[in-house]
Amino acid sequence: MTSEKRKKLLTLAVLAAALAACLVVDATLPSYHIAVKVISKASVYMLVAVSMNLLNGFTGLFSLGQAGFMLLGAYAYAVLTIPVAKRDSVYQYFDGGLLHFSLPEIFSFLGEDLGTLVGMLAALLVGGLLAALLAYLIGLPVLRLKSDYLAIATLGFAEILRTLFQWNGLGPITNGSNLLKSYPTFSRATSYVLLAGVLIFAVVLLINSTYGRAFKAIRDDEVAAEAMGINLSHHKRMSFVISSFFAGVGGGMMAMYMGTVAALPFRSSMTYEILLIVVIGGIGSITGSIIASFLYIFSSEWWLRGLDSGTFLGIHAPGLFKNGFRMAVFSVIIMVIVLFFRRGLMGDKELPDLLGRRPKKQKKEVAGK
Amino acid sequence: MSDPILRVENVTMQFGGVVAVDNLNLSIDPGQIVALIGPNGAGKTTAFNVITGVYQPTNGAVYFQGKKIIENHPQGKMKAQYKGQNAGAYSHVLSPTPDKITQLGMARTFQNIRLWKSQSVFDNVLIAMHCRRHSNVFSATFRLNRKEESAQRKRAQELLEIVGLADDRGELATSLPYGKQRRLEIARALATDPTLLLLDEPAAGMNPQETDDLTEFIAQIRWDFHISILLIEHHMDLVMGISDQIYVLDFGKLIARGTPEQIRNDQRVIDAYLGVAEDA
Amino acid sequence: MESILPYLINGVSVGGQFALIAIGYTLVYGILRLINFAHGDVFMVAGLVMVYTTTAMPFYIALPLVCIATVALGFVIERVAYRPLRTAPRMSLMISAIGVSYLIQNLAFYITGGVAQPVVNPIPWISDNITLFGQSTKRVTLVTPLLTILLVAALVYLINHTKMGMAMRAAARDFETAQLMGIKINSVISMTFVIGSFLAAVGAMLFFTNSPSVTITSGSMPGLKAFVAAVFGGIGSIPGAVVGAFIIGLCEELIKGLGYTTFSDAFTFALLIAVLCVKPTGLFGEKVTDKV
Repeated sequence: MTSEKRKKLLTLAVLAAALAACLVVDATLPSYHIAVKVISKASVYMLVAVSMNLLNGFTGLFSLGQAGFMLLGAYAYAVLTIPVAKRDSVYQYFDGGLLHFSLPEIFSFLGEDLGTLVGMLAALLVGGLLAALLAYLIGLPVLRLKSDYLAIATLGFAEILRTLFQWNGLGPITNGSNLLKSYPTFSRATSYVLLAGVLIFAVVLLINSTYGRAFKAIRDDEVAAEAMGINLSHHKRMSFVISSFFAGVGGGMMAMYMGTVAALPFRSSMTYEILLIVVIGGIGSITGSIIASFLYIFSSEWWLRGLDSGTFLGIHAPGLFKNGFRMAVFSVIIMVIVLFFRRGLMGDKELPDLLGRRPKKQKKEVAGK
Repeated sequence: MSDPILRVENVTMQFGGVVAVDNLNLSIDPGQIVALIGPNGAGKTTAFNVITGVYQPTNGAVYFQGKKIIENHPQGKMKAQYKGQNAGAYSHVLSPTPDKITQLGMARTFQNIRLWKSQSVFDNVLIAMHCRRHSNVFSATFRLNRKEESAQRKRAQELLEIVGLADDRGELATSLPYGKQRRLEIARALATDPTLLLLDEPAAGMNPQETDDLTEFIAQIRWDFHISILLIEHHMDLVMGISDQIYVLDFGKLIARGTPEQIRNDQRVIDAYLGVAEDA
Repeated sequence: MESILPYLINGVSVGGQFALIAIGYTLVYGILRLINFAHGDVFMVAGLVMVYTTTAMPFYIALPLVCIATVALGFVIERVAYRPLRTAPRMSLMISAIGVSYLIQNLAFYITGGVAQPVVNPIPWISDNITLFGQSTKRVTLVTPLLTILLVAALVYLINHTKMGMAMRAAARDFETAQLMGIKINSVISMTFVIGSFLAAVGAMLFFTNSPSVTITSGSMPGLKAFVAAVFGGIGSIPGAVVGAFIIGLCEELIKGLGYTTFSDAFTFALLIAVLCVKPTGLFGEKVTDKV
């Protein structure tokens, strides 16, 4: 029991240190600094990666619809938070759009700052709920399909959604093929980290609950799970809906990070990117997804930048280090991980497992003697 | 006399043109241990799969605790192909998924062990109690179900002690030796709180000592858990030692039923088994 | 009828191109049970190579070179990215395929500098305008379906009447048993990738002569569509892939003809999902049953 407690304390300490680091970054660096940007982006990715891991890693459902649910969340967030005064300019081709309210302004009775924050969070929640609702509706037919067919059907749904949102017929709400912009965003990295962190904590609680255990049983052996009284369609759908909820909220946060929303970035390549993060971190490890998101975003957006602009690690070679070299090198690194570190960085271990390692080793030695 | 706990009525299972189970009738009284024996390929596991809802029978019905839980009749293409008996006897379709049947109080083990491989011994038992939960996903996630959770954990620990796996609780289920994996499967099935336990070759791959222990163990759990047991087994010592009733299947057909004493002296049973011996 | 005709002609042509790519998906899936996500990118690379070679040399040298380069690429991908994962779970294999797709796109970005490479009349005779049923169209529109049918016929012959074809069928039926029976599984798999890439190269040449430029993501949509076609027809089945490709090509062009160009992609996916809901393993797919 004491080792359990020790693990808990150590885990808390690591999390607190990470949070403190974010606070320091926010306090010392301006909000346009690359460090603030990459932390924000990585936080969004870690939330979405965890949501994908819940479905693909913990429930064993190979779905490739994540980008679609993110798209829904992103649009919901933007549409609900653009200030009324700015709607005319944003929706200039659609007579100022259909909606004439914005959630932050509705909550302004709480005071300006608090009202905006509550409104933003409410918009994120609506985005998540819409994504969850869609997942609920398509879950019944789609989840009956087996592995690859499920993957391609969910991918198809995401693509259909993307087309719909670009369609000018929905323009009064989605602004058709034009950008949505001028909505409020978080300016500090800590806000992204905190929000994503709280949501991921909820996922961790779920995974360690009786339902999470049932998900893992379905992943390990569907036939046995069903024989032990676990209702497959009910639980698969539940996992799909919950995963989509978090993907939707993640999409809303992505909208904040990007500053403008269009349907184009939410292509299947975004889903693939997130899948790669999940794999690099280790399928079935929340900690892995989190670490991999940060490594992925930090290296692709920041650390390897020199590879694109002529000088990297002090080597000046503009002929070689030109535009695109960064991503080429980066994808080679990814292939190496996929081929040679098949279980990812963490396998299916979590942070407390790592911290609690030492006492376990001692125990094994004792047993060995 | 009380109702039988399980009654299989005229069940036929036909795959394409092959009749795997042909008009099977079987019943188990409360507290009985009933064995289903027969040469390889006689249709025993298929019968199990029909009773537990994995397969939908082609024709026939299954009653559990006096209530009809499964019923089917030849439909579609099968109408013309059907080779079994009692073709017109049933008109309804009742085809619950295996999880519904487990929730009614039937639990099974698998011939080719199907434990959850990435889970610990303890979690394998704990997960099986999921079907008896009262909490919903919100209360479970936000830990409003502490009482239920701790009760289930306690019960899982008890079950592990009963099957003698308490020392292995933290091990990965698949790292256990074969005999222990079979016991774990039984513990997992018991965790779903069944009134009827179906064991599919529980002693397969066990040495004589382990088989003797298992025989004693099965006899014991019947009393401890107040359950009935239906088992498929090839170890005749085990079968003859604990069964109240034995049903013998050959090529999908029931060729004999009776007490161990009657079965031992039944010429048809002897023929069926010797026939197999000749082939082998 | 007058107005719908050009779309029908186009549809058959597009269907032919999809069919050539779809066969690559379906062959690989049949044996490895792998969605080869990189196949669309192989198709794109073939287009790029065509652009580069046809500007540098006469087309009768350039076109065989395109085929050789594409086949080599397909071969190398299998060797490097899939063979080491032969015993790994299927998910790892699929992820490796996604990784390869990502790698090819990024390498192509580096080489092209992210600039769309214009296609300027790479194959002289084939891009000439002709008149068909009173409609003016490019010759390639007519050539594509004919060439597709020819190649598919050759492939079907190869699979049904040669030793290699028999080995491929055996491997598709049961990978492990085929191996035990002494079939050199690695060379069979290499062969599937070679055939698939070759057909993709031909498809790319036909596809890109008709398009203004090649970009690094040019392969994604045709690749995805072709894959949908393969799933639609029941992945693993060659006739299924061809029929699926023609159906999807035709539907797509007809949707465009009706004036819903925006929805042509979405329609393809909607059709796929509808088919899967009714027949979960596609039109000609085999039903799989779990043994308990």
